Amino acid sequence: MTLHLSGVSLTHSNGVHALRGLDLHIGANEQVAIIGPSGAGKSSLLNLLATALRPSSGELQVLGERAWQLSARQRQRLRARIGLVHQAPPLPPRQRVVTAVLAGKIGQWGLGKSLLNLVHPLDIPGARAALTRLDLSDKLFTQCQQLSGGQLQRVGIARVLYQAPEVLLADEPVSAMDPVLAEHTLSVLCRHAREHNVTLVASLHAVELALAHFSRIIGLRDGQILFDLPASQVDRDLLDKLYANEQLQVSPVAPPPLSVQIPRC
Amino acid sequence: MLTRDNRDPAAGARLLLSLLAIALLWPGIHFSELDLSVLLAGDSQSEIGRFVSAFWPPAHGEEFLELLVQATLQTLAIATAGLALALLLAVPASLLASRALSLSAASRAGRPSPWAQLLRWPVRGLLIFLRSVPEIVWALLFVRAVGLGPTAGVLAIAITYSGMLGKVYAEIFESVDQRPAHALLQAGSGRLAAFAYGILPNVAAELLSYTVYRWECAIRASVVMGFVGAGGLGQQMDLSLRMFASGEVASLLLTFLVLVLLADQLSRLLRWRLA
Repeated sequence: MTLHLSGVSLTHSNGVHALRGLDLHIGANEQVAIIGPSGAGKSSLLNLLATALRPSSGELQVLGERAWQLSARQRQRLRARIGLVHQAPPLPPRQRVVTAVLAGKIGQWGLGKSLLNLVHPLDIPGARAALTRLDLSDKLFTQCQQLSGGQLQRVGIARVLYQAPEVLLADEPVSAMDPVLAEHTLSVLCRHAREHNVTLVASLHAVELALAHFSRIIGLRDGQILFDLPASQVDRDLLDKLYANEQLQVSPVAPPPLSVQIPRC
Repeated sequence: MLTRDNRDPAAGARLLLSLLAIALLWPGIHFSELDLSVLLAGDSQSEIGRFVSAFWPPAHGEEFLELLVQATLQTLAIATAGLALALLLAVPASLLASRALSLSAASRAGRPSPWAQLLRWPVRGLLIFLRSVPEIVWALLFVRAVGLGPTAGVLAIAITYSGMLGKVYAEIFESVDQRPAHALLQAGSGRLAAFAYGILPNVAAELLSYTVYRWECAIRASVVMGFVGAGGLGQQMDLSLRMFASGEVASLLLTFLVLVLLADQLSRLLRWRLA
């Protein structure tokens, strides 16, 4: 069992109950999508799984270790085996893309190698390979501040691909990309997970992307799991219930038929 | 009458703070016995006029210029050596005193645990102690201890400036976006590596400009300390003033001007390179 939550609740310091009594088991090599309305706790759940946030109560096990019973040093070693893609990747504006990507491995490198890499990139081919898979290799030596939101998201994904973690968590990884690019990027993530036996958990706001790429779908609403089903069993009724909103009167618009042309890479 | 809808909830507090600031400022003017009318009185004006008119022409004898170059080099050396020594203490102290390297802050929404917060206090206390005594007092102390000469000035600058640099560095580290460093800490990196990759790129320009500015201040401070016998331009200034050699004083003041100008240009050049 790669990820194991039992009775986990999370209360933010401002008193908001983000997650309430969650029980969740995700096995090795599973590919899971988390969907739900905004504010449902998707980001909180992913940060929790990445051991970036400590649960207020309940127990969290990642890769067979109780993350919050470990010493700080052991936890850092565990964290180096987990990769988290942030929705808005926090990258220093003046850092070059190559450094930002190579930073994925500083959890595995010693301090000396990390500092040397800051002065002179030590693995340019590695960074280029990660960026090439996302069709971004021409931006290797640009500064992060010169990239668009979608390009930054791809740099964030390239960093995690370069990190090569055993658990890959992605928080709205394609939210700033156009549909074709989003489709392509998600398939890169899924293929990477399949080829390297990586457990993949991603939160998505585009339901059709989730249904198309992931075999297991978790519906999250108000910090609780509404459903946890194989993609084939998720139907219109469930989704309506998941996204139901008393305050917004939405006229349902049929999503345009998705004709996708995936760029070769 | 304001209705509830268009009232700014912060207005009351802001008004109160403004009134408080004025209430604090007024006694300040009173107690410092600031009286600008003295400047306009007749005899003090003519006194200043006489003193300033003797500045022209600045002294430019070959012997004096040689002395001036020597003293300038000494002043630069005092400031640079003092600042370098100060950095040796300021850099580790600022890393210890800052929340930027806190592992617990990364998983507590930016707030370190109370225990970690407590450990930062001794370092802050040390920095406060180092900068609370003015460098001129340290210089007087060291002139007694190690004798007249530049060594006293170097030590005095090293002590006071390590306190100042350490405090301001720590605050600069905390003032930028902490999320890049937190993201790296959450991906298992060590503290120093996370600092170098997540914080340093954002703070480098500001650190550099503040350090060069402090170097400029150190030049001025070493001049002041020259008056108590710590060598350099200040000691020369003291001698010239005592001998009422106004031309020499003018040359020395011009040298200060050039030094500060150079420091300013250096800072601009370095910032431009980093931007």
